[in-house]
Amino acid sequence: MSTATATDSAAPAAVRPARPPYKVTGRRVLRSEWAKLWSLRSTWITLGLGLLFLIAFGLISAAHYKSSYDGGHLRPDDANSTALGLSLFGTNFAQLALGVLGVLVTAGEYSTGMIRSTLAAVPRRLPVLWSKAAVFGAVALGVSLVGVFVAFPIVSGIVSGTPAALSFSHAGVVRSLLGAGLYLGLVGVIGTALGALLRSVAGGISVLVASLMLVPGLISLLPTSWQDDISPYLPSSAGEAMFSLTHDATTLSPGAGLLVFLGWTALALAGAAYRLVRTDA
Amino acid sequence: MIEAQQLTKRYGEKTAVDRLDFVVKPGTVTGFLGPNGAGKSTTMRMIVGLDAPTAGTVTVNGRPYAEHAAPLQEVGALLEAKSIHPGRSAFDHLMAQAYTHGIPRRRVDEVIDMTGLQSVAKKRAGAFSLGMGQRLGIAAALLGDPATVMLDEPVNGLDPEGVLWIRNLLTGLAADGRTVFVSSHLMSEMALVADHLIVVGRGRLLADTTVRDLVRTAGGDTVTVASEQPARLREVLAGPGVEITGEVGSEELHVTGLTARAIGIRAAEHRIPLFELSARTVSLEQAFMDLTRDAVEYHGTTTVETPGRAA
Repeated sequence: MSTATATDSAAPAAVRPARPPYKVTGRRVLRSEWAKLWSLRSTWITLGLGLLFLIAFGLISAAHYKSSYDGGHLRPDDANSTALGLSLFGTNFAQLALGVLGVLVTAGEYSTGMIRSTLAAVPRRLPVLWSKAAVFGAVALGVSLVGVFVAFPIVSGIVSGTPAALSFSHAGVVRSLLGAGLYLGLVGVIGTALGALLRSVAGGISVLVASLMLVPGLISLLPTSWQDDISPYLPSSAGEAMFSLTHDATTLSPGAGLLVFLGWTALALAGAAYRLVRTDA
Repeated sequence: MIEAQQLTKRYGEKTAVDRLDFVVKPGTVTGFLGPNGAGKSTTMRMIVGLDAPTAGTVTVNGRPYAEHAAPLQEVGALLEAKSIHPGRSAFDHLMAQAYTHGIPRRRVDEVIDMTGLQSVAKKRAGAFSLGMGQRLGIAAALLGDPATVMLDEPVNGLDPEGVLWIRNLLTGLAADGRTVFVSSHLMSEMALVADHLIVVGRGRLLADTTVRDLVRTAGGDTVTVASEQPARLREVLAGPGVEITGEVGSEELHVTGLTARAIGIRAAEHRIPLFELSARTVSLEQAFMDLTRDAVEYHGTTTVETPGRAA
């Protein structure tokens, strides 16, 4: 029944030529995740959308402000607008694009079956999570910084000569723009963590949207005294503190906002790491 | 070399793999056989660390899979087909795997050539046919030039040419001195490539044997011989390891332990005329069905007894 002798080597060759020294290292896993990210069309589309949202919505809101101002019917809401606030108008939309892409980076591997290949190559597992978070976080940060630093000078050009006018030299502007970039980068990291934690694209996106957009609304149903204690520490409020120009008693300082938001990110990553290590793929 | 000791996997109440003990040795093709739901895939997933055993251990080349510095160099596995992202090209998929180990691009091109994927390597893998997807999975399994190759149902979805290609690939890999572990629920397919067989049913080990021994224990290799002088023929054929049965008054004898050829020659030497001489080999399929009958997870409403069904 044996057909193994079809080849001329009757005995199994015990000694094979020296094997190439392959080895899994942290840097190589990073390289692999980088290649995986860019080899999917959805990455280019979603990052493009994120960038478009950041820039286009900033310009639209600035144009809107400018025309209202020129027409002399500035709405009360707009009275306190600054070029910074207008240029960051797109942040809300960009965070959706980047957060969703972050969820796709991890949960997409579970929905397609790719995760089996990934974990067979890196069976220690955790390097995969750190690499995905680091690679996508860095890319999201880069795209966001490009977006806000392109949007702001144009917006400030549009609104120059109005009460909203601001320039880079104004105190806190550069810090706020960097804060916005950092916030969006971390939203990307939280997306990857939620995707790995829930292993479902739909679930990951739902939790992401809920925690960034719905929870603040629900908190307003609580008694006022509680609201004041809880509200500043929510992911959305802490994130907003990172890129707001002005701060009052009810908001955190930019530094504290960053720390709190980093805490939320770490929490999501810890949950993802726990599930990745403890449950079968 | 794969060694499983008391390997067990339970999902709640259900025991998918039940205290399996086996060793898969290098240099031969070992078939992993069992009906659907016998625990073959779960066992393979535990070998590469995708599932953690509930109890027991399984090691690859002396260590748990995850503890190797270059896992893809130890075991190349094709698990359920389509462990890929459909939006990525075959080349990009293999390259992403290669990066983790520092495997050069040259090797990626090599496995693409080896599996005949050259013309579609840059296309999105989601558009691949079942057979192409299977070839991509095999390319990924061979990527690290692994000492152990483990394939779960590799012939599924392949055309006859592809099936032949797999057979040659497997025997070639074993001839290189590699450990080759292939699962299937088709005995007929295994019989053509495997030397050794590990048969499971409902998660339990049913047999750890060679193809030939399996047939022998299933009562195969009987020769039916008819002659005018059955009593004399019986004397002539008797010897160590030879078993002869026959009804009194019948001209027919059933002989095991001798080939039809040997019986014919011996009868001629003693000038005993024969009327009939036929070898009746129990088909492997029948032997397999007998072995696993009690262990089949999902019985059809009518029991199919046809032994020769080959896909």
